[in-house]
Amino acid sequence: MIDAALEIFESLSRHGVRTVLTLLSVAWGTFVLVVLLGAGQGLSNTAGHEFRDDAVNSLWLYRGTTSRPWDGLPVGRSVTFTNADLPFLQARIPEIDHLTGRFYTWGGQQISANGRSSDFDVRSVHPDHQFLENTKVVKGRYLDELDIEEHRKVTVIGVPVAEFLFRGADPLGQWISVGGVPFRVVGVFDDDGGENETRMVYLPISTAQAAFGGYDRVHQVMFTIGDASVEESVRIEQEVRQLMSARKRFDPDDPRALRVRNNVEGYAQIVHILALLEAFVWLVGLGTMTAGLVGVSNILLVTVRERTGEIGLRKALGARPSSIVGSIVAEAVLLTGVAGYLGIVGGVACIALIKVGFPDNEYIRDPAVRLGPALAAGAILVVAGAIAGAAPAIRAASIRPVEALREGAQ
Amino acid sequence: MIRLRELRKSYVMAGRPLPVLKGIDLTIPTGELAAITGSSGSGKSTLLNVLGILDAYDSGSYELGDVLVKDLTEARAAELRNKYVGFVFQSFHLLPYKNATENVALPLYYAGIPRRERFRRANELLERVGLGDRADHLPNQLSGGQKQRVAIARSLVTNPRLLLADEPTGALDSATSKEIMDLLVEVNRAGTTVVVVTHESVVADRCPRRIRLVDGLIAEDQHS
Ligand SMILES: Nc1ncnc2c1ncn2[C@@H]1O[C@H](COP(=O)(O)OP(=O)(O)O)[C@@H](O)[C@H]1O
Ligand SMILES: [Mg+2]
Repeated sequence: MIDAALEIFESLSRHGVRTVLTLLSVAWGTFVLVVLLGAGQGLSNTAGHEFRDDAVNSLWLYRGTTSRPWDGLPVGRSVTFTNADLPFLQARIPEIDHLTGRFYTWGGQQISANGRSSDFDVRSVHPDHQFLENTKVVKGRYLDELDIEEHRKVTVIGVPVAEFLFRGADPLGQWISVGGVPFRVVGVFDDDGGENETRMVYLPISTAQAAFGGYDRVHQVMFTIGDASVEESVRIEQEVRQLMSARKRFDPDDPRALRVRNNVEGYAQIVHILALLEAFVWLVGLGTMTAGLVGVSNILLVTVRERTGEIGLRKALGARPSSIVGSIVAEAVLLTGVAGYLGIVGGVACIALIKVGFPDNEYIRDPAVRLGPALAAGAILVVAGAIAGAAPAIRAASIRPVEALREGAQ
Repeated sequence: MIRLRELRKSYVMAGRPLPVLKGIDLTIPTGELAAITGSSGSGKSTLLNVLGILDAYDSGSYELGDVLVKDLTEARAAELRNKYVGFVFQSFHLLPYKNATENVALPLYYAGIPRRERFRRANELLERVGLGDRADHLPNQLSGGQKQRVAIARSLVTNPRLLLADEPTGALDSATSKEIMDLLVEVNRAGTTVVVVTHESVVADRCPRRIRLVDGLIAEDQHS
């Protein structure tokens, strides 16, 4: 074993330039593959990041303006939502499992307590909103049905809001003023969406509609549809359009009257695009690697030809075909293995540098090489090395000592 | 040691068989020193290659010791060569990047002998052929005679029963040729059967038995 390794090492070091070139070509291929995979992972992380704080199985409905005449009505009419639209949809679309409205008070509201005051966003919602936004209650509770029914003046505030207003003191039970109206803090929440999603307060939609003159108006309707497939989500989207067009009297094919964001479809598209991207990366990386391996194979073939005399002599002295094949395949595997290792290490280092160099890059977020693909690349290299070594090895094994040793043949 | 019966071999040239050995009957007992002579193209090397299990023959039979050498797999042939036969070639065939010791030790690698033991035995053999002080020299640092001594040491390192030499002095001047023949005679005296192919009568005359090939047949078989 050690002997065989020494023989291989000797053979490799005797062909220094060849060895280095081969190493470089395979290492480069692996490096490209690893870096692309890492970058691909970064893109995938970015996409995941975009969706991180929302339920991906949801449909969001936005108000619109008609762009087609319908039923004798002119274009340019506003299509709006009211409280009654929610039970209407709930009753007709059985797939809905969480449903909420959103009511906006215009602009940021002056929010104050303890003599401190600042602008924060206000979202007035139903209790199910928690599921739509993946809101995490870290203290107290979220809004509940009783809050809605009884128009309670309660609020759930974001972690930074609590920090700003109460400086570490327990905010639960404290009163804060939202645009001049007092609300009692019943909970503190956090959200993976970061500052954008936490520098705000949640109010019961009914209370806010009453307190800020909203009557029964709703600005946005959002609901989840369980584990519906993309096709089902598209069908539900169509159903919603049909139902709402009849109810609100607009052309069901009018894209501007009711705007629907189908997260199921959107997410599926992104997942699909990312899968294509990853496949492409593998294709490019494997292509580069294959080129390197063909190089390895060719270079080994050339050396086998160069060493015909030597191989013939070794056979005359007792080398079996299997020993000749083994040493050449081992040489190829060692070459590609070492090169692959260098490529993987280089690629991982490069990814790490990108991470350090561009920490908050919004396109490639936390690029990383997952262990699985890196190991897969390594394993493929070793197998491919063996394949690359096969042709030269077979040629070497078929060398006939008599011919290789004939006087003048060398 | 060697028993050939009706041995025939032909090469295929341009699609037609070209008979080279046309029915050789030959017995070489253990411990003999025999020369095979004949003009160029008479089939000397072909015969030697068959004897060395480097090449197959078409018909007849070849027994080496108690082994019938026929229809062997390559692996089995390699094993027999390694164990029973040593080769010496006209142009030495040393590996240029290995020093004398490593060259001599090479057959032991294929015999599966541990490295340390290989080098110990290789140095012993170099000592025996008078090159103990050149052990770490590369072939290109050695004279022709010295290279052939290294090759002879290599051929003997596995303690073969049979040593085959194809024109071992063909690339050497006459003084060096004599030294090499002295060495082969000495090897033979120590018990190894030696067969030397040569076309030089000075070399053949050093051998007690001389077999002359003419056109693929034994024309003369002299003992002295
Ligand atoms: N591999 C081969 N293919 C075809 N012909 C060959 C081959 N080897 C030898 N010969 C022919 O066989 C004949 C005997 O060759 P060889 O045994 O080398 O003779 P010698 O060694 O006596 O000079 C020659 O005519 C040679 O050309
Ligand atoms: Mg010849």
